[in-house]
Amino acid sequence: MRVDAKLICKSCDEKLERITGDRCSMCSRGLAGNSSSGELCFDCLRWEGNGEWSGYLSNNISLFHYNEYLKEIIAKYKYRGDYALASIFIPYLKEMLRDIEYDLVTCIPLSVERLKERGFNQAQALADLLGLRTIEVLTRIDTEKQSKKSRHERIALPQVFHVTKNDLLPNQSILVIDDIYTTGTTLRQAAKALKKAGAKEVSSITLCR
Amino acid sequence: MKKKSISAPYSPELQNHLTGKHLLAFEIPFSKELLAEHLSNGYVSEACGVQSTNGSYHCVRCGNKEQTMFYTFPCKICDRDCTYCRSCIMMGRVSECAKLYRWTGPGIQFTIPDSVMSWSGTLSAGQQKASDRVVEAVKGKDEFLVWAVCGAGKTEILFPAIEAALLDGKRICLATPRTDVVLELSPRLKEAFPAIEVTTLYGGSAERHGFSPLTVSTTHQLFRFIEAFDVIIVDEVDAFPYSIDDSLHYAVDKSKKASASTIYLTATPSKRMQRLYRSGKLKAAIIPARYHRQPIPIPEMKWCGNWKKKLLQKKIPPAISRWVSERLEQKIPFLLFFPSIEVMEQGIPLFQMLSPNLKIVHSQHPERKERVMAIRNGDVPGLLTTTILERGITIERLEVAVIGAEHEVFSESALVQISGRVGRSFVHPLGTITFFHYGKSKAMIEAIDHIQRMNRAAWERGLLDA
Repeated sequence: MRVDAKLICKSCDEKLERITGDRCSMCSRGLAGNSSSGELCFDCLRWEGNGEWSGYLSNNISLFHYNEYLKEIIAKYKYRGDYALASIFIPYLKEMLRDIEYDLVTCIPLSVERLKERGFNQAQALADLLGLRTIEVLTRIDTEKQSKKSRHERIALPQVFHVTKNDLLPNQSILVIDDIYTTGTTLRQAAKALKKAGAKEVSSITLCR
Repeated sequence: MKKKSISAPYSPELQNHLTGKHLLAFEIPFSKELLAEHLSNGYVSEACGVQSTNGSYHCVRCGNKEQTMFYTFPCKICDRDCTYCRSCIMMGRVSECAKLYRWTGPGIQFTIPDSVMSWSGTLSAGQQKASDRVVEAVKGKDEFLVWAVCGAGKTEILFPAIEAALLDGKRICLATPRTDVVLELSPRLKEAFPAIEVTTLYGGSAERHGFSPLTVSTTHQLFRFIEAFDVIIVDEVDAFPYSIDDSLHYAVDKSKKASASTIYLTATPSKRMQRLYRSGKLKAAIIPARYHRQPIPIPEMKWCGNWKKKLLQKKIPPAISRWVSERLEQKIPFLLFFPSIEVMEQGIPLFQMLSPNLKIVHSQHPERKERVMAIRNGDVPGLLTTTILERGITIERLEVAVIGAEHEVFSESALVQISGRVGRSFVHPLGTITFFHYGKSKAMIEAIDHIQRMNRAAWERGLLDA
């Protein structure tokens, strides 16, 4: 397959809005007017001002704005299960990955039930089509285990990830792949778990935000 | 109404849900155990949703055989490389490892009250004659065409036939390619047949469960049925996308029983259908006159120069501009049909200089329904539209113009349907239809010929008032 060739037509390509220009140096959010490039957006300032969360996720790169058009595509991809749609993002992701350095790449996992329901992990499919050799270092803590945690732990953003391969992480720069950066909670939870297990640095790449 | 067998070794609820259906597991809200039990007892059967013969895939639900519309992926459900159908994916993924279930147990017995129909309107002479023949047709297992001009009152023709079929214990489906038409038909059928359940199905509809003697559905939703209906009526049979999408024909065929009768309804049968009719292979009833017994207005052709170039130069061809201004002055609601969204969008700012309240409508427009409502209520003087509004709408006193009528999207049937929007009411049976063009097309001439032929036939059969 010619991965570098675009699989979508010009008019569909134009409907995908690339994130360009001034953006938050941490999460890739497009910055309007009052903040300039290189600064942090309001959300990231809040995350980084919170001792619980500060310093875990180095940065996130997103390719596109999560506009109505992309919402439709992602819904068809993820919820209807049209795996083939992953391939349309590959050329864009390849271009982005050229500038990123990392030692180990992994995907945000789905729960076992979700995976059995959908048939594939939408982040893993992207990595697979990119030809990346990913290592599964995270699993989702199932709800039963979560319910054993203290009330405080659950209310204050419970940790939903568990690190499975601790020995692989020390001194490594980890790249995490996911489809959407919404509030940043998922990726920060993953970053926190990975860093606590010894990772040197954690950054992420997502299709959209 | 439904008689349940008393000591049945099967679940009547599952029977009710699954009879005549062809569903994926997630569409069956019963436990896996119950389904498995019925499978082993032979009341339910299953089949792989995507199958391959000689290395070539086909989708058992939608009939897709186009190999580029299949995709193979590492499936975590079956832990193998698994192929799925992309063609019908919006209805839930059908793959090699996803099973389609159907009911193979005893059929549902249902009783119909003797006075099932409350409709008591009268049919015109032309309608009555056609209606009698449809009543005959639903008794057999043949195909039958009702070729009725726009405004003939096609739906009423069906009522006596639906009544007869219901009283005969038959399960009936009224299908159409267009959601708009489903939404319009459903309340009329519920009103005409208040004593029975009427299921209404379209993309996004809430009702999805259970057996009913009468179903109104988009042709698309029929993918979820198999050998269900004794009578299937396809309204607007030549409409997009049924006209070009073979999988929808597959859906209709799959949804009916081998012994079923099929009734097609349209004002503009395809060339193929017309040929079958002329050669006697397809029986048909023709209603050449409108319900109000006045002839259908004949379109006029008007040369308007190179409209494409003019619009690019940000000018409206003078003939068109005059036409619009006249209607704005006289407060006559109008539709301007454009060959494409692109040309229409070039035109709208120019037309809005004539009246800032003019609006556009196309298939992807979020306010489509509201805007059609607005012209009906007189809130908007006119609409610019693509062929999306060519059928299914009735607006009092409406007049229409086609911009670039020679363009290939304006087929004979599209032009006949567009013309059919005008003069539909008793009070205003007349009205202007103008085909603005830069060189006449064959389709334009054929459309006018079509309407004249129908008017002539109506005169000859005494269906028009002098």
